[in-house]
Amino acid sequence: MGNAGSTPRLTARQAGLVACRRCGQVHLISDRICKRCGGALVSRDPLSNQRVWAWLAAGMIAYVPANIYPILLTSTLVDNQENTILGGVIDLVHHQSYFVAFIVFFASIVIPISKFMAIAYLVLATNGRIRGDSHRRHRLYDVVEFIGRWSMIDVFVVAILSALVQLDAVATINPGVAAVSFALSVVFTMRAAQCIDPRLIWDADRMPA
Amino acid sequence: MTMQPLPPLDDLVACPQCDTLHHAGTPGAAERARCVTCGTILVTTRPAAISQIVVLALTATILMVAAISFPFLELDAAGKHSATSVVGAIAAFSHSLSVPMALAVAAFIVVLPVMRLLAILWALGPLAFGGKPLRSARPMFALAEMLRPWSMAEIFIIGVAVALVKVAGLATLTLGPAFWAFVALVLVTILNDTLMCRYSIWEMLDQHRA
Repeated sequence: MGNAGSTPRLTARQAGLVACRRCGQVHLISDRICKRCGGALVSRDPLSNQRVWAWLAAGMIAYVPANIYPILLTSTLVDNQENTILGGVIDLVHHQSYFVAFIVFFASIVIPISKFMAIAYLVLATNGRIRGDSHRRHRLYDVVEFIGRWSMIDVFVVAILSALVQLDAVATINPGVAAVSFALSVVFTMRAAQCIDPRLIWDADRMPA
Repeated sequence: MTMQPLPPLDDLVACPQCDTLHHAGTPGAAERARCVTCGTILVTTRPAAISQIVVLALTATILMVAAISFPFLELDAAGKHSATSVVGAIAAFSHSLSVPMALAVAAFIVVLPVMRLLAILWALGPLAFGGKPLRSARPMFALAEMLRPWSMAEIFIIGVAVALVKVAGLATLTLGPAFWAFVALVLVTILNDTLMCRYSIWEMLDQHRA
């Protein structure tokens, strides 16, 4: 398999073609529906950035209550406890489970926040005003796409704990409001990442300076 | 830029990530064709892979049944015993807080993965046995591709591990058979996703179209 053009490398758009992003079939740029898989053909989606901003905003808004309200309600014989996400991490550190504390901290705080920033950066970079290395941006995009789902860990932990720890008076664990808003935040941010058109990342570099 | 005459459109493949055009070729056994600009894997063709994919999807479906029905964690504390299955974990959300949450967890760890496996079997099953694909094979494979980021069984497994550590001080925990079924399921799914070359599968579905 070789490149279809000589240097500089030719893109489908420059050649007057459009490729289906689902199955790879190449069409004339005037075609609208992929003949192979029936998917919609868009050479560059001008609305994709707006969509990304909308989902990203929704994700960030949902992330606020996810951190303010308790995610876990624990009641034992002696006391009732309400844990926020950060509170849960601190608890784990007190119990010397540093590794798990690190996983939870990473999955529910570091990843969501850096994802918000990364998505915003990638969209801002597509208009060419921020110069940079497309390869590095593309790697960032890959990482954001790959890692997004892993933030769901905390939601599943809450689900498992509240299913398991139902020992009447001795100890019960129930999910708090934050579990719902955190799950929503993760889903919205995943949508935001999926709405990014990665071809725009590369186009920014191909534009004349 | 000087335009060269382009080969027929069916001989071209454009990188889905960066739009660079390539000549579609068939890489040799266990080879991968990568995009020259961004390095995205374009084609990893292996004709035998179809039957492997179908067999693995079948395996995963059977494991899923085991993973759902057996208890995956058992807990003993202060003389009390509690065991939960995946269904139990889902039900935990339904009585207290919100039914939407229960539905979402159910969707991510059971419904969507099962739908995805069935869609793969529907789309590729007949091909694996040398037959013609069913009429709705292409929308079914598109569905399987769309569901890929939303089936989160492997994340659930890590969640179980974290939950284990959290409760460890409070009670004695035992891993049930379903946990191991889930682990096997995750491994099979990962293997399946690596084997799958989207481009070749679409091409194959296209060729066999009635």
